[in-house]
Amino acid sequence: MKYIAAIGKYFIMIWEVFRKPTKWRIMKSLILKEIDELIFGSLGIIIFISFFIGGVVTIQTALNLTNPFIPKSLIGFAARQSVILEFAPTFTSIIMVGKVGSYITSSIGTMRVTEQIDALEVMGVNSLNYLVFPKIIALLFYPFAVAIAMYVGILGGWVAAVFGEYAPGGEFIKGLQIDFIPFHVIYAFIKTLVFAFVIATMPSYFGYYMRGGALEVGKASTTAFVWTSVVIIILNYILTQLMLG
Amino acid sequence: MIEVDNIHKSFGDNHVLKGISALFEQGKTNLIIGQSGSGKTVFLKCLLGLFVPEEGSICYSGTRYSELSTREKSDLRQEMGMVFQGSALFDSMTVEENVRFPLDMFTKQTTVEMKERVDFVLERVNLIDAHHKYPAEISGGMQKRVAIARAIVMKPKYLFCDEPNSGLDPKTAILIDNLIQEITQEYNITTVINTHDMNSVMEIGEKIIFLKNGLKEWEGTNKEIFKTDNQAVTDFVYSSELFKKVRQMYIEERN
Repeated sequence: MKYIAAIGKYFIMIWEVFRKPTKWRIMKSLILKEIDELIFGSLGIIIFISFFIGGVVTIQTALNLTNPFIPKSLIGFAARQSVILEFAPTFTSIIMVGKVGSYITSSIGTMRVTEQIDALEVMGVNSLNYLVFPKIIALLFYPFAVAIAMYVGILGGWVAAVFGEYAPGGEFIKGLQIDFIPFHVIYAFIKTLVFAFVIATMPSYFGYYMRGGALEVGKASTTAFVWTSVVIIILNYILTQLMLG
Repeated sequence: MIEVDNIHKSFGDNHVLKGISALFEQGKTNLIIGQSGSGKTVFLKCLLGLFVPEEGSICYSGTRYSELSTREKSDLRQEMGMVFQGSALFDSMTVEENVRFPLDMFTKQTTVEMKERVDFVLERVNLIDAHHKYPAEISGGMQKRVAIARAIVMKPKYLFCDEPNSGLDPKTAILIDNLIQEITQEYNITTVINTHDMNSVMEIGEKIIFLKNGLKEWEGTNKEIFKTDNQAVTDFVYSSELFKKVRQMYIEERN
């Protein structure tokens, strides 16, 4: 019952986010600030993780292809498929939940604890629109970060393959081009957009409706990370079944 | 003027406000006092429209809040200023940006006009060199003054203060109390202050409402509170040794 009430409250919050918009002049600067904070601020960790994940996927694929009749180009093919279909959109999103989601929950939660949200409400500002809407818009740019993650992940795979001597560079690139289905990229971006909305709103929910003090802000961040990750994993399954099944 | 008629507010089984009626007069500092848990904060949040009472009505200059449309409620809120207990300044903004925030949000003033207004109110609260500092870089007393400046920047009709001098040293607390009273009289606004600080009661208690267990137990002025025979009020007022001595001196003087 508690969970159903929470889900209902979440959707009411989403409705409230889009009501009574903040002045565009102010909203514009808030959106730009959030893009800087949430997207550009995350590029470093996204690039770092994607590069090494791409490398690891390549090494593991190569080590499992011991049959000499299997062409080495398959390593590039496997790396591409793994990175584009799963690692770039889903793995990066889980990382983003940890980084961006915790930031969103703790910043909104701290504003709740220190009565800054009450201050906005007293002034007649729609605090949900003011705080959450810019994050939703900023995270619409998240697919660009995932596109970078795809590129860097594959690059990491190429570096691992070539410098680890698992496959020649030409073979790896040939594998990247085998049976390429453009819809897979579209599928990855659709998933990413859905995840972006979840990453923007669920941690906001946990921060906005938290009660208590500094300790509870920490607890809310942890709860937000757990539940947002769970929802992303479930949505990943549903979307994959719907679009590729 | 704010008229409150028989308001009730509950949270689950906890009946916090049990039918409070009160009149908060314009141009006066109206104080709500009472022990922790007496319902002061809930009452103030009802006045601010942050909580909706289950019963009763609140009228602002004759306009009943519950009968207003969402748009009208929003407009009314722009006529309210609030000083929160912890100041509630926006951490990511400088002092100047904090004070300018309501102007940015709700007016069509030019940057120059806003700057003039912000400078004026900051000067009014005796803060001249703090424009570009962040809340974390200024003292608690200065934060309170910024909060007051932000509350009055829109020329409100109603000013609400929740424990405005909590956490401040006695000297700064008196300065803040006096500043609020001066502003109230200067701009002829209706000020409601939530406090349990007896120094504030003595200094600026032009009208005092004493709450106990969600009910209005007593009403009067700062002069009357020291003479009342109401047991609950005297227990509250004379709970400190200092005020016990003050009362003793008063009785000796009277005799």
